Amino acid sequence: MTDAATEPDKVTGPTPDNALRAADKEDSGPVLAADGTPLKRSLNRALRAQKIRALMLIAPLLIFVLVSFIAPIGDMLFRSVENQIVRDTLPRTVAALADYDAASGELPRDEVFEAAYYDVFFAAERKEHTRLGSRLNYEKTGASSLFRKSGRGIDDIGEVYLDQFEDLDENWDEARPWAELMGDPDWIAAQDAWNGNGSMPEFELRSDISDILPRTAETYEIFARFMQTEEGDSPLEEEPWSVVHTALYQDLAEGDVSGYTGPRADMLQAADALVASADFQTIAFRDGFEEIDEDWVAPEIWQTIKTYSPAYTSGYFLNSIDMQKTAEGPALRDEDERIYGLLFQRTMFMSLVITLSCILLGYPISYLLSNLPASKANLLMILVLLPFWTSLLVRTSAWKVMLQQQGVINDTLVWLGLVADDARLTMINNQFGTIVAMTHILLPFMILPMYSVMSTIPPSYVRAAKSLGATNWTTFWRVYFPQSVPGIGAGSILVFILSIGYYITPEIVGGTSGIFISNRIAYHISSSLNWGLAAALGSILLVVVLVLYWAYDKIVGIDNVKLGG
Amino acid sequence: MPDTSNSDAFVEFERVQKSYDGVQLVVKDLNLTMPKGEFLTMLGPSGSGKTTCLMMLAGFETATHGDIRLDGRPINNIPPHKRGIGMVFQNYALFPHMTIAENLSFPLEVRNMGKSDREAKVKRALDMVEMGAFGGRRPAQLSGGQQQRIALARALVFEPELVLMDEPLGALDKQLREKMQFEITHLAHRLGITVVYVTHDQTEALTMSDRVAVFDDGRIQQLAPPDELYEKPQNSFVAQFIGENNTLEGTIREIKGDRCVVQLDDGGLIDAKPVNVGTVGERTRVSIRPERVEINKDRLQEGAHTLKAEVLEFIYMGDIFRTRLKVAGNDEFVIKTRNAPDQVRLEPGTQIEIGWLPDDCRALDAPK
Repeated sequence: MTDAATEPDKVTGPTPDNALRAADKEDSGPVLAADGTPLKRSLNRALRAQKIRALMLIAPLLIFVLVSFIAPIGDMLFRSVENQIVRDTLPRTVAALADYDAASGELPRDEVFEAAYYDVFFAAERKEHTRLGSRLNYEKTGASSLFRKSGRGIDDIGEVYLDQFEDLDENWDEARPWAELMGDPDWIAAQDAWNGNGSMPEFELRSDISDILPRTAETYEIFARFMQTEEGDSPLEEEPWSVVHTALYQDLAEGDVSGYTGPRADMLQAADALVASADFQTIAFRDGFEEIDEDWVAPEIWQTIKTYSPAYTSGYFLNSIDMQKTAEGPALRDEDERIYGLLFQRTMFMSLVITLSCILLGYPISYLLSNLPASKANLLMILVLLPFWTSLLVRTSAWKVMLQQQGVINDTLVWLGLVADDARLTMINNQFGTIVAMTHILLPFMILPMYSVMSTIPPSYVRAAKSLGATNWTTFWRVYFPQSVPGIGAGSILVFILSIGYYITPEIVGGTSGIFISNRIAYHISSSLNWGLAAALGSILLVVVLVLYWAYDKIVGIDNVKLGG
Repeated sequence: MPDTSNSDAFVEFERVQKSYDGVQLVVKDLNLTMPKGEFLTMLGPSGSGKTTCLMMLAGFETATHGDIRLDGRPINNIPPHKRGIGMVFQNYALFPHMTIAENLSFPLEVRNMGKSDREAKVKRALDMVEMGAFGGRRPAQLSGGQQQRIALARALVFEPELVLMDEPLGALDKQLREKMQFEITHLAHRLGITVVYVTHDQTEALTMSDRVAVFDDGRIQQLAPPDELYEKPQNSFVAQFIGENNTLEGTIREIKGDRCVVQLDDGGLIDAKPVNVGTVGERTRVSIRPERVEINKDRLQEGAHTLKAEVLEFIYMGDIFRTRLKVAGNDEFVIKTRNAPDQVRLEPGTQIEIGWLPDDCRALDAPK
């Protein structure tokens, strides 16, 4: 039992809805083209050439956007979590720290210091220790100078052994005997024959030396390869680093070389006897580090290394929401260290205020523009667009002139007697200045979409409303305003998104209380060089904008946004 | 100022003038009186001032001079929303952001009517235009004809006594337009409302109206019921504008009561009825409807003047035959004959003689 009133769908006749419904019904089976192939497929074939041409037309722009926009954004998102530098620079230390409990508050085991000795030594040779120091300095103040100092002082540990071996036998500080001890005879022959042209024959260890002197073999190989590839020198002519002597001491102290019969056997056995003797001086790695800097024997640096040892970290993101990674997990920073939450809030709030001021100032202008005859509207439009054609920097600087304490506005107010000379208004280097200058700069972005939407509202709607008995206000509020909302929406999105990422104007007129999050991002990009944190802040900003966009779509509907007719 | 208004006048224009730029008058000295319940159409070419008159009545334009009275009350200074006049616009002007029911409810809401009263009235208005099931839809979901009905219902829902319609059927196709013409006239007569209807479509004007005001050059050229307008045009503009018309120009030779003899420019003499002519010797333009031209001499009065004509073109149009002739130097002279079994089909090139009853040939003013 239905009647027409409750079931409007029953209406027959050529309404648009019925046409759609009829089209749906047709979908029951595939329609075939004249040659028997499904119509859809033959349509696709027919349109392929057109599609390819369309693709070719957009290809230059597409490539440009991919290279200049999508790729940098992807790189930025990646940088905000990327943290391979610790793992790459200190591989042995990271491995040795695997079972270290950072929360214990104790120093790690001696093996960790041993691993750190080798890592820091190689990093210092490769000049990578300062970069790591700067990276860790973002998380723990002092790390940068600690690593720089260690790069200089790490040799001291090996020198202890180098000096003693050298005292025993001059050959221990000579290139050739070391090469003969460690290198493959065939390689030595090839290296001797090398005349300086082409690439050097790659260093190879002697077949059994790794079994007898494992650490020494490993460190010497690293040294030899480094000399060959990085310095372009022959290992036959370069004295090994002191780290090789440290390794040799460790091997001799642990292993037994009495059965060794290869080249330089007597030199090695003499050294073994020296190590075994009572007056051989040794130095524990931990003490060596302590001599370089006391900070090495405080647990904090080890906790930091441990915390940032994974290849990917949430540390940058935690930093950008005023938290930090600690041994116990993420924790809020101390109150006096929190800045980003406040900056985000301020950026959002001020962008909102700027958007609202733009709506309030732009709406009447747009209304006037859309109701004027074309010639007058064009003249007014030029006035609106004038700021567009003026340099951003010039406009912002002009506001500086206007708003400062000795500026035009204050002078006028003082001259009029409205403000005492000693109580001039502070209108710049604060939020007020930023809001005024940015509202002025972004106003055209609000007016243009509002104007183009308003000029499509036919005057007959307003007349109809009045003829139906509505007062001017009701006509505006119930009929005109709702139809102008898409313009307000489009303008607001534009202005809000532009202002949320604005940089130059807050930088010039914002002082300290009027700066935006983007100013902080710029600071990390160009001054502190903490790109990871800048990337994390930027990513958060991007996500905030996308979330707002999504929310706007849910509430207002993106279909309702019109930039023009 | 003495009260010159007619006692049964509902809408009155008295010596109304309108100028937009202060240089030219768009409406020149308009005088018009409408009784209650009349369906009056303002017909005229574009730029003739008819829409301006409607806008002045609705209150969207102010008269430069003169009085407009509604039910005896001058309304010149009353804003549109207080006039209580319903209006249907050319493009319907249904508010796109409101549903159909909200559109209809709007005039009631601004009159502070209670919710239940509103709903009842909206339902009644929708039923009246047979759109009861569409209350929840948006205007964009309706076809042109449906929107037209809704626009009509919205103009009527607050029960105005006067409804203005500004070319409301202009956007519809021919078939739908004819259907709506009947619906609008029936509805207007059933509800007893007074309607001022603006159109440039003369068929629409003739079929719908009680009276038609033909506008040209800012003046009403003739105000008369449709049949009178067609049969008895008062001047050559109206004769030319309403329906198809043949004209011949000449000089008056003789006036005798309601007959006159006109000498055409090529020397031929014809009988005509003097309607809008001066004295003997003045120029005139005679007007004959194509269907009143007689090609059968037997049917003409004794002694009636005839003219020689050459057949130029014969067009078969189904129910009628349309034949183009060359008469007295005018090769756009058209006659229409009914398609009947005994009707001759005139071959192009034939020489024939044509004539007419003197009453059907109206001598009107000569163009300046």
